[in-house]
Amino acid sequence: MLRKGLTLAAFGLALVAGPAMAATTQAELKDIHWSFEGPFGKFDQVQLQRGYKVYREVCSACHSMNLMYFRNLGQKGGPFYDPKYPNPNENPYVKSLAHDIQVGDIDQDTGDPVKRPATPADKFAAPFPNEVAAAASNGGKAPPDLSVMAKAREGGPAYIYSILTGFVTPPAGLTIPAGKYYNPYFPGDLSGSWTGSPDHVPQGGVIGMPPPLAPNKVTFDDKTPSTVANQARDVAAFLAWAAEPKMEERKQFGLGAMIYLVIFSVLLWFSYRRIWRNVAH
Amino acid sequence: MSGHSTYEPKTGFERWLDMRLPVIRMAYDTVLTFPTPKNLNYWWTFGGILSLCLGIQIVTGIILAMHYVPHVDYAFNSVERIMRDVNYGWLVRYIHATGASMFFLAVYIHICRNLYYGSYKAPREVLWILGCVIYLLMMATAFMGYVLPWGQMSFHGTVVITNLFGAIPVIGPSITTWLWGGFAVDDPTLNRFFSLHYLLPFVIAGVVVLHIWALHVPGNNNPTGVNVKSKEDTVPFHPYYTVKDGFAISVFLILFGFFVFWFPTALLSPDNSIPANPLVTPAHIVPEWYFLPFYAILRSIPNKLGGVIMMFSAIAVLFVLPWLDTSKVRSMRYRPTIRLYFFIFLLVCLVLGFCGAHEPAEQVIPGVTTFTLGDYDLNTMVWLSRVAALYYFAYFLLITPIMGLTETPLPVPESISEPVLSHPASGSAQAAAASNKG
Amino acid sequence: MSDTVVRTNPDPQAPGEDPNRRDFIHIVASVAALGAVGGLAWPFIDQMNPAGDTLALASIEFDLSKVVEGQQVAVKWRGKPLFVRYRTPAEIAAAVKDDHADLRDPQTDESRHKPGKPQYLILIGVCTHLGCVPNFKGGDYGGWLCPCHGSVYDTSGRIRKGPAPKNLAVPDYAFLSDTKIKVG
Repeated sequence: MLRKGLTLAAFGLALVAGPAMAATTQAELKDIHWSFEGPFGKFDQVQLQRGYKVYREVCSACHSMNLMYFRNLGQKGGPFYDPKYPNPNENPYVKSLAHDIQVGDIDQDTGDPVKRPATPADKFAAPFPNEVAAAASNGGKAPPDLSVMAKAREGGPAYIYSILTGFVTPPAGLTIPAGKYYNPYFPGDLSGSWTGSPDHVPQGGVIGMPPPLAPNKVTFDDKTPSTVANQARDVAAFLAWAAEPKMEERKQFGLGAMIYLVIFSVLLWFSYRRIWRNVAH
Repeated sequence: MSGHSTYEPKTGFERWLDMRLPVIRMAYDTVLTFPTPKNLNYWWTFGGILSLCLGIQIVTGIILAMHYVPHVDYAFNSVERIMRDVNYGWLVRYIHATGASMFFLAVYIHICRNLYYGSYKAPREVLWILGCVIYLLMMATAFMGYVLPWGQMSFHGTVVITNLFGAIPVIGPSITTWLWGGFAVDDPTLNRFFSLHYLLPFVIAGVVVLHIWALHVPGNNNPTGVNVKSKEDTVPFHPYYTVKDGFAISVFLILFGFFVFWFPTALLSPDNSIPANPLVTPAHIVPEWYFLPFYAILRSIPNKLGGVIMMFSAIAVLFVLPWLDTSKVRSMRYRPTIRLYFFIFLLVCLVLGFCGAHEPAEQVIPGVTTFTLGDYDLNTMVWLSRVAALYYFAYFLLITPIMGLTETPLPVPESISEPVLSHPASGSAQAAAASNKG
Repeated sequence: MSDTVVRTNPDPQAPGEDPNRRDFIHIVASVAALGAVGGLAWPFIDQMNPAGDTLALASIEFDLSKVVEGQQVAVKWRGKPLFVRYRTPAEIAAAVKDDHADLRDPQTDESRHKPGKPQYLILIGVCTHLGCVPNFKGGDYGGWLCPCHGSVYDTSGRIRKGPAPKNLAVPDYAFLSDTKIKVG
């Protein structure tokens, strides 16, 4: 009897867990295979390196990553991790990457604000001094911080990839304000700017970001063709890593813990059967 | 804590201590030798599982508090620092976040087991009420804990929930201002919620002690609902139930670990990875899954005060349940008619949860427009939740009292030992019922 | 839910049971439980160790040209004061002269500075007694005096008087250039 109830409960839970439909619309995200999917998935280090390059050369012009430090690039599982340098602060490649970037500091003698080359202990420098400045230079809305972007949007890296590769010419009948762009993957409600049939309002919304990627905009050090799709995929993977840098450690730890728990459960089951073997119940 | 103690101090030190502080005697009587009905099924293991959940939340919570900064400017980043820089911080934080959901999952199963087997009935009313108090405290703790990461959902969820108190006539606005410590949810609110979030689990632990105390006076109920008649009906808690609870806990931990290690963000809203911004509300304010049924009841009433009253009534009605149930039979094993209504009730709770996760005006069956009844079309979440809420209250206020008087229960066994001894092939209710009928 | 295996014989010493095997499964299960608790204890202990951001600040670079002769600059390193001292020839001579005096923690002055750089003395400015910060130019030996319990250090930072057991510690550091050091 209770078993029947359980089945009903499971069915009901599946209903509850279903995606909540919002008043806004959005095209179905592109389905991309990621190396870090699944219980054994790992980040592809070379892909992360390319992704960092895309972020550094394209995205970082407008988007901050305030939770990221240069040392993160060289930590275990990071794009530039080198087993020779378990302490990422000593990784020479990370040091030189940091050195290329100027960060703000205070002069120790005069107290004046100065610029100096970054060290691995420094945060990624933000492109704008504050949010007001960021908004003022970007049509009134500050570009969001990308540190945990892959966790902050439904779909994560697939969303990032879809947005970056999803810029299309708006369909006839859709008015897009100047300085804005149509993107079917950006959640929005376009019914107000649509002159066609109200039953066929285009999916998606208007985004303030112009299409950021272009073929060969970034030169990859390996032989990967620098297409928009590759750039988008690599930077989405990089952002997925940045949002969850301990993911590999977590899955590895989890595997061990789960194997242990299963064995433990089996042992307890036998122990339980033996203790109860002579009790009618 | 009740009955005769069979503890005999063995060593000189134990005798010495027993004269002064009989703490070993207490542990011996409550944990080791406590006579427990021998027919408890796995639904009874959730008490142990819940103790573990509370322990896990307290331990991981204390650790998180070592690294967390309760300030609007630092809260979000300090949580991310725990995830990124603190050694095993990701583990501790994901255990704590997942643990909240697991805690509620276990408590809902525990409550449903009570409802099914009539464990709240005399002489266990106080035990049941203490359980309801724990549940209320859990909800308060979970709500305040959800505020702490200071993401978008934390902030706007707090705004919505604290504004509920604004519905109270006359003093409502003063209460919300007092709760906030200002004119909006801000730093003072975060600070006090952090303080209370740290305090309440220890209050819960205190009530849990009372809960167990109240359990040990009449002893456990059991699947038959029949009182323990003799020593034949019971086994000592240890090792029989320590090992059974232990096995159940281990299986429960596998489910727990599955979420912690592979789907830690499945139960967290993506909006909460965006730092709180008082200027922008997320498109979709949804509470955590364990609050959804109550949220649906709140929204089903088109009146602010009415909604709040109904929502709190949905919890308050649990407190008086022992006096609403008129049945002489405890276990629904022998009450086939109400059992059906009970399963509908479970389904209704899930439907309420489903409605709570969706916009009120959303269509239940997409694309079907029926006719507008009052404010909304009949085929909307809000009407579904109204019907479901009606059933929720009817189950407690009408079905339970009436069925207790009108139904004809199946024959109840004389003792706990009887059904298992007379039906060696099966201990389940159907077999016993069927053969009793025949 | 329904454990269907039911025996009516409640005799715990039923024939055919090997008590050793029964004990064994319980022991293994108990050990596994202890192992699980122990395994989970480590992350909960390790979380109190220095976190990634704390470790990242563990080494600093310092420009010695900021210190003039006879002066001391204190900078914060790993949360503690780091004394960077530019010693006068007289102070160096006094330190070398005492190399073979009756020292509590015998060390030559030479071993406390980098070769060829006797003027720069780099010390962790924490009294080896109970952790207070000694004052510069105090005490009878021209070095430091700890205000808490009166430990006196000489111009090489060696303990000469008072309760402290050890000389002021010299951190790991290296010259990156003639005027720049890296500590840690």
